[in-house]
Amino acid sequence: MGGTLRKTFTDPLSANNPVTIQILGICSALAVTVQLRTAIVMAIALTTVTAGSNAIISLMRRSVPTRIRLIVEMVVVSTLVIIADQFLRAYLYDISRQLSVFVGLIITNCIVLGRMEGYALQNPPLPALLDGLGNGCGYGAVLVLVAFVREILGSGRLFGQSVLPAAIPRNGLALLAPGAFIVLGLLIWTQRTLTRHYENE
Amino acid sequence: MELLSLAVRSIFIENILLASFLGMCSFLAISKRIEAAIGLGVAVIFVQTITVPANWVLYRFLLAPGALAWTGVPALAALDLSFLTFICFIALIASLVQVVEMALDRFFPRLYHALGIFLPLITVNCAILGGSLLMVERAYTFPESVVYGFASGAGWALAITAMGALRHKLRYSNVPAGLRGLGITMILTGLMALAFMCFSGIQL
Repeated sequence: MGGTLRKTFTDPLSANNPVTIQILGICSALAVTVQLRTAIVMAIALTTVTAGSNAIISLMRRSVPTRIRLIVEMVVVSTLVIIADQFLRAYLYDISRQLSVFVGLIITNCIVLGRMEGYALQNPPLPALLDGLGNGCGYGAVLVLVAFVREILGSGRLFGQSVLPAAIPRNGLALLAPGAFIVLGLLIWTQRTLTRHYENE
Repeated sequence: MELLSLAVRSIFIENILLASFLGMCSFLAISKRIEAAIGLGVAVIFVQTITVPANWVLYRFLLAPGALAWTGVPALAALDLSFLTFICFIALIASLVQVVEMALDRFFPRLYHALGIFLPLITVNCAILGGSLLMVERAYTFPESVVYGFASGAGWALAITAMGALRHKLRYSNVPAGLRGLGITMILTGLMALAFMCFSGIQL
């Protein structure tokens, strides 16, 4: 049992990563990764919401009729997202301004809905909680990697601190939208080559 | 004229998909076939044009700070319900999609069958909720919100149709194994975003 529980948590970190393998939650993975700081805050917010909503839906899984489950799921997620958003506004106002609409968009983040539909509805609360944590961390890992590459290439900084000597030219493209797509594309290539997870079209 | 400028800006320059990254999940999943891409694109234009103005009305007369002043009750006029924005918007979007689906089924059965499974999927398309949230953030007026809803939907449809055509061509090219599928699509989207950046600076 301990082994299965550990696997529930570690599986989504790389082998079944929500972003690079399951293709979920791409939108925010691109939008909040200009700086490491916003990426980390976003990753924590999403992990909390996924883990919380998975646990709550799993507790209610026997009492919610199948026909209205989507509405119930939406209400649970929206409530948790409102709490996360109000918390960020109260304690991390600057970062919450930079994240702009993307905290609210956790509601429609496919990872949250996908894990509730695909896992929490069939499993008891503890594994569901771990599954949510694992998927949140897998998503967070991708966010941190992309943000690291974009911040260091684009502005020569890490966490807002200058780390590259001024003589090295900065590549402004990494900070713009196309840079985000290309960095994530290359990351997916690397990860899939390492894990030999190939897609056939 | 300003409305036209807003439309051009939302379709090309600040494309909701290529510049704001909204609606990526369905963009990646549905762009494999061009017919499906067009179908979903039309559905998004349709729903976006309805939901953004509807959410504008909801926000202006119910949720914004002091929005309840029209009731004439001082206690209500002092309320700030903006913390309920997310839950109200998503509920309105979900129910509007349901209503649109039923109306189409009743009055335009051919369009309903053409859009098929795409309508329900739209509830969880973040371009729809994102469009409404950006509308609040940028403080658009009502006519602007109508134009913005239509134009951002049209921009999204343009991007997914172009990607559908590109991926159709891609079937005949020799892509490295690890890059096949998602990887090459991301890089193509990046190049497309780069091309769309050439539109920036256009003023009408």
